[in-house]
Amino acid sequence: MRKVAIITSGMCKVDRHWDLSLKELFSRALDDATKECELPKIDAIIIGNMCGVDLSWQNNIAPLVADYSGFSAIPAFRVENACASGASALLAGYLAVASGMHDYVLVGGVEKLTEGVSSDVTLALAKAADAETEIYYGASFVSLNALLMRMYMERFNVDRQPFAQFSSLMHRNASKNPYAQLPFEISVENILRSEPIADPITLYDCAPIGDGAAVVVLAPLDEASKCSDSIVELAGIWCATDTIDVASRENPLFMRSTFEASRNACKMAGISVKEVHVLEVHDTFTITGFLSLESLGLLPPGGSPSALEEGVLSPGGTWQVNLSGGLKARGHPVGATGVYQAAEIHQQLVERFPGVRASPAEIGLTQNVGGVGSVSVVAVYRRVK
Amino acid sequence: MSVPRYWRNIPLYYRLEGVKCKNCGRVFFPPRNTCLKCGSSSLERYTLPRKGRVLSFSVVRKPPRGFEHATPYVIALIELEDGSSILSQLTDCSPEEVEIGMPVEAVFRKVREDGNSGIIMYGLKFRPILSGRE
Repeated sequence: MRKVAIITSGMCKVDRHWDLSLKELFSRALDDATKECELPKIDAIIIGNMCGVDLSWQNNIAPLVADYSGFSAIPAFRVENACASGASALLAGYLAVASGMHDYVLVGGVEKLTEGVSSDVTLALAKAADAETEIYYGASFVSLNALLMRMYMERFNVDRQPFAQFSSLMHRNASKNPYAQLPFEISVENILRSEPIADPITLYDCAPIGDGAAVVVLAPLDEASKCSDSIVELAGIWCATDTIDVASRENPLFMRSTFEASRNACKMAGISVKEVHVLEVHDTFTITGFLSLESLGLLPPGGSPSALEEGVLSPGGTWQVNLSGGLKARGHPVGATGVYQAAEIHQQLVERFPGVRASPAEIGLTQNVGGVGSVSVVAVYRRVK
Repeated sequence: MSVPRYWRNIPLYYRLEGVKCKNCGRVFFPPRNTCLKCGSSSLERYTLPRKGRVLSFSVVRKPPRGFEHATPYVIALIELEDGSSILSQLTDCSPEEVEIGMPVEAVFRKVREDGNSGIIMYGLKFRPILSGRE
């Protein structure tokens, strides 16, 4: 297997882009990626997308965006793995380059969630759960996560305060990120006062609904220096599953998919997860952020509130978490989120992220989750000197 | 939902039919073809008990399409008497009355309608066991 590098990355601001379609969003992200690096000849395109069929009435998304952006007669396909579609596309791109099948692979994520009214979007997102059992009785995606939040509060004897603190930290990080959908600060008191969506989850525990696209370009590490001097090695990447439904898990507060993906991705990269300096984790809801950090192996079960309090997750801390603002405040254009995370870590490690910068960082990690933990993709990135 | 899809799921929706691993005893609902715990493919049909207690719950205030009429309603994770877990909706009580540990039992209820011309879907929701009802 060949070593794989990211040679450039680009994003468009996550927002309610009423004026832009799927293909135009993708094209914006691609333009952003070419600002710092001339694009090599692309051999294949792999796109992460979840809701195109439900909300844009569009299948065949990879040929659609390829055509619009000027690529023809090359391999292009879409990967769907619910909210982990983006990182799953990255994994497919990694395999294509590592195997030697393709040299330069454009991995993109694109999503348009503002095309439907609220109940349609809620239904489209709920389809990440088991359609025949969980959705049948009216569970929304928010309510499934709310079950976990209440369980967490009960088991570890915490109230909503630490969740609100996490949300507040995400907003503070996002306030400096030009790509963030919600770039403003908000106090813990105001978060605690926000409207309930599915108790105990309130509005400011949730990632917003938005549109977005992001891209990264992968290349063989040996050849990457020909195109760019801001190279990051994609040193490890792994995907793992858990039961499709929450009720079938022995401990719903442990994301086994994240644990396994983290363990194997770190092993591939030859590191321990605690050596990571900067990371983007999947915080669709504040509870998801906590469970992600704990299941990655960084914190013990129930350890997130005290880690937050001690500042180890803040800018300049031991593990700088979601300097982008995370899903919570950068936004969560579901099938694109995993590619946003990869682009953000790439830009952190080459020191060109336009928002809050990590204190010098060599190793980064991303964790992208589909469903309520039914699939996770974890990737490890290393700065190339 | 299509009629065949609904019909295929009647054992789950009306009777709580799951499977139990003949080798290690683990119960699965919804059913699996192979045991996720020990890998055995020897599983038998198993009907889950209809009583349990609330492990966790959430009050849905922004529903998916099809449930607007019922809002707010309570989705709960329920631990059944045999130790297995199930996700369902609570009924016959207001959201304010629900608490963790509350004893509940399955009752047959309408779940939703598929528009004006589609099928009416039914299933087992859970209601509080009031003292004296047993």
